Amino acid sequence: MRIVISHDTIYRYERPPSSVIQTLRLTPRNHDGQYVVSWRLHISVDCPLIAQEDAFGNLTHTFSADGPIDELVVHVEGEVETEDTHGVIRNAVERFPPSLFLRETPLTQADDAIMDFARQATRGTDTALPRMHALLGALNTEIVFDTDPTHTATTASEAFVLKRGVCQDLTHVFIAAARSLGIPARYVSGYFHRIDGVVEQEAGHAWAEAYIPDLGWVGFDPTNGISATDAHLRVAVGLDYLSAAPVRGTRMGGAGEEMSIRVRVDQAMRQMQN
Amino acid sequence: MPVAFDEMKGTDGAVRPAYSELSNWLSEVRPDVLDYRRREAELVFRRIGITFAVYGEADAQERLIPFDVIPRILAASEWTTLTRGLEQRVKAINLYIKDIYGKRECLRAGIVPEDLVFQNPVFRPEMNGQKVPHGIYVHVAGIDIVRVDADTFYVLEDNARTPSGVSYMLENREIMMRLFPELFARHRVAPVDNYPDELLATLQSVAPSSSPGEPTVVLMTPGVYNSAYYEHSFLADKLGIELVEGRDLFVKNEIVYMRTTQGPKRVDVIYRRIDDDFIDPLAFRPDSALGVPGLMSAYQAGNVTLANAVGTGIADDKAVYSYMPDIVKFFLGEEPILKNVPTWRCREEEHLSYVLDNLEQLVVKEVHGSGGYGMLIGPSADKATIAAFRAKLKSAPKNFIAQPTLALSTCPTCVDSGLAPRHVDLRPFVLTGRDRVRIVPGGLTRVAMKAGSLVVNSSQGGGTKDTWVLAG
Repeated sequence: MRIVISHDTIYRYERPPSSVIQTLRLTPRNHDGQYVVSWRLHISVDCPLIAQEDAFGNLTHTFSADGPIDELVVHVEGEVETEDTHGVIRNAVERFPPSLFLRETPLTQADDAIMDFARQATRGTDTALPRMHALLGALNTEIVFDTDPTHTATTASEAFVLKRGVCQDLTHVFIAAARSLGIPARYVSGYFHRIDGVVEQEAGHAWAEAYIPDLGWVGFDPTNGISATDAHLRVAVGLDYLSAAPVRGTRMGGAGEEMSIRVRVDQAMRQMQN
Repeated sequence: MPVAFDEMKGTDGAVRPAYSELSNWLSEVRPDVLDYRRREAELVFRRIGITFAVYGEADAQERLIPFDVIPRILAASEWTTLTRGLEQRVKAINLYIKDIYGKRECLRAGIVPEDLVFQNPVFRPEMNGQKVPHGIYVHVAGIDIVRVDADTFYVLEDNARTPSGVSYMLENREIMMRLFPELFARHRVAPVDNYPDELLATLQSVAPSSSPGEPTVVLMTPGVYNSAYYEHSFLADKLGIELVEGRDLFVKNEIVYMRTTQGPKRVDVIYRRIDDDFIDPLAFRPDSALGVPGLMSAYQAGNVTLANAVGTGIADDKAVYSYMPDIVKFFLGEEPILKNVPTWRCREEEHLSYVLDNLEQLVVKEVHGSGGYGMLIGPSADKATIAAFRAKLKSAPKNFIAQPTLALSTCPTCVDSGLAPRHVDLRPFVLTGRDRVRIVPGGLTRVAMKAGSLVVNSSQGGGTKDTWVLAG
């Protein structure tokens, strides 16, 4: 599938800040089944974008812009060729052995309820792959997709109590549950081309990867209840949302910040046929 | 429990040579004179306002650390051995941290278990593959040493993050010189007042190679609410450098600047006394208002030195401690000069069952705890406490280590009933620069003021003493 992305993150300020600094994880890399054809990152303020690689091998860009800034737009667009690998990720940049991803973080701590759920959901399975599929199915029905009750700082256990949340929350619970079973798991941020043909989306997507002996890292998307496919475009990985977040930033001064996101995930072929 | 070794009277009651003058002086000095100077010392401390906050005590927000006027004395030869051991240990610690965030050879060789590193909260994945200026991670180390007999010093704990206490070393000496000039006249005590110069030289030596001209060094504090704020302002003053908080610094295009009345000024070295978690909200805790946004990107670019480096906790974690002798051997190919206290790792089944069978004799510590919190001292605990601790230990054995109850050495100490032996430890400070290692002869001697108590932590009512190293 040739996926075409256009993604704007727009900040508007009632009282303009004197400076803004952000670190972006918005640039995908190549691996088997994912080939970046073209990619462009643009910010609406005039300052250098400094490229680095983070500890997980993600490409980052950091900028610090001086104000006053009334509006800031972070824009990315690009085309990526993907292939269905049955969720198996090979030849990606890996900076850590899988066992690192057994590490708990504040956002992915498994409490008793999540540990219980993980054990119940995987009862009767004996190896990692069927366990993760069982967990994926169970979680997809356990937690209802709802953009209202949670926010970016919601923890896995808070979302699990609510039984509601967005892709970030489902992914955190999946990761917490997998790790509690001794299976390394990590957070993926990226884009998802919707099967129902809806192109305009309110946000990027997030899903999990679990490390399966003999296969390697395998993508599981608990929000959609499926393994990762050629409709999933991987951008960054990390221990949780915070270490893979598309944008982390802060500002000096200013007030009344309003953020909005416009994401278009389309297929190149279809555009040409139209 | 075995009888403690007294540093003045040894085990046979004969005064040891290093203490002969002090012993003579103590027999000459009138009790009321001693008592008067004691009160004078306390007044001075109150006036200059060295206090610290005790966590978990409702009434006492700020307290004075008790100061004992009887100095603790080390002979030149004892100090020589200690410095050799300290230098070796800190050298190994630096190589180990570099390896953990680099090639991970000590994990591959099985010297330290992988999960102990990767699943440890003090391991910082963000530091993985990151180069730090001149390859030095721990510029300031505080190594806690205890003594059990005339010849045996043990390392009790390594402090490789933001060790504090050096202001007491300096203040204690100053007050002692003011109150007891005649006692100094009878000894040749090695000076410690050059510590600020040595620290500044160390910090300047590790400035990034890219920094232009004379490096700018600052001391970064979490602010006035931090329990060690006094020390932060004291040291900044002694070093003649700016004391800054996160909001005084900013990052632009991977360079750190300090806001000054003359405009932004580039900062090359940050002696930071703030924990990793709070240092940069873009890399660590996003809710931290104490840090500098983007600091880690400047650090990653090699444009600023953080002293100590981020992620050094992986060397001073209590769970890692027990592997330190192997770490010294692995990285230096040498036998450790300073021994570890024998330690049982409760994560290992055999060790755990031994510990569970012998709780009454052991000291059990939480591996991530500090300041003497959350520990069991078997011999002085009652049955209920031991039972409760046993349950805690069983439910999460990985979180604990155990050690024999050591008969820590004692030093003569002024107490209400006169002079009495009290248990002591020692925290010398080891400075590692690009050019060399610097250790000022002395350190912070902490003393357990309660009779029989082995806990010297100031948070648990411990006091301090001036530490004299006699010139050879």
